[in-house]
Amino acid sequence: MIWQIDFWLLVILIIAAIIALSLCDLLAAVAALAAYSFFVALLFTQMGAIDVAFVEATLGAGISGVLFIVALFRTRRRSED
Amino acid sequence: MIKERYQSIIVQVICSLLIPFIQLFALYVIFHGHYGPGGGFQGGVLLAVSIILQRLYLGTEVSYRKFPPKLAPALGAIGMLVFGLAGVIPMLFGGAFLDYGNLPIPWVHGAELRALGILIVEIGIGMAVFGTLVLIFDSLIGEGW
Amino acid sequence: MKWVNALIMLLFIALMLYATSGLPGHADPQAPANVHVSPTYIEDSVEDTHTPNIVTAVLADYRGYDTLGETVVIFTAGLACVLILMRRKAGDKGTLSEHHRSGHM
Repeated sequence: MIWQIDFWLLVILIIAAIIALSLCDLLAAVAALAAYSFFVALLFTQMGAIDVAFVEATLGAGISGVLFIVALFRTRRRSED
Repeated sequence: MIKERYQSIIVQVICSLLIPFIQLFALYVIFHGHYGPGGGFQGGVLLAVSIILQRLYLGTEVSYRKFPPKLAPALGAIGMLVFGLAGVIPMLFGGAFLDYGNLPIPWVHGAELRALGILIVEIGIGMAVFGTLVLIFDSLIGEGW
Repeated sequence: MKWVNALIMLLFIALMLYATSGLPGHADPQAPANVHVSPTYIEDSVEDTHTPNIVTAVLADYRGYDTLGETVVIFTAGLACVLILMRRKAGDKGTLSEHHRSGHM
């Protein structure tokens, strides 16, 4: 466990979460959310939980992004607020 | 929504090259789950990703002929059935629920039998997750079966 | 109103950080989660199941009932998606959900 890697991963994680919350273009927000999931997976790998990181990388960064984008094309792309 | 195939030769060639390797890696993840990271859940998700990629670049008209959408709920139900039978069959042979040491396979014993039971259960989970995720994608794009 | 929200969020973060100080350290061998059943799994899982990956052994064998429930939840979610979102082909009318939807529109 190297605390520098941990610290910078957490900083990037919080930045990605704030970006995903503040964007009005929901397609870009989905991309930011996928980046967030990928950094969570890196954090899990760094903690030694490889199986959880694998699930997070496939489900969070892969499938859920695709499902969100399909749902966006069925509705509207702009956020209201 | 995505009825026709994607009009770019680069995307088509790359996707058609990529899909067999994704499926091979998914099978590796399922069957190598005893010895490394992975298991039924991750392998099932990877298999579903390969089918979803095919849906995206070929369009539903061709892709529904390659992998019919009615196959997906059947696969999910068969996976659940495999898991449930792996739980119930040991009860009929004198064990507890999900006690793989009592599966009726005569030439395997003890710990090897439990490893085999884990493999059967992982295959069941993989099929269930595969079918379910393809099912969710098919119902979301809503092209009509 | 926005500043009130930000203040509440900051208070919540402070509360969470204060609560974190009571947790055991990362990979502490004396933590309560690591002294009860974990040593049994680590020592016996290879003998019991011939599976070197302890995570797989715990998920599919020792805690198989939990995994069964998890898979049932996923499968039920997929079936619910189909029931809500599925559109039949144009010639195939007369199901209950079709009537329901056309009544609302």
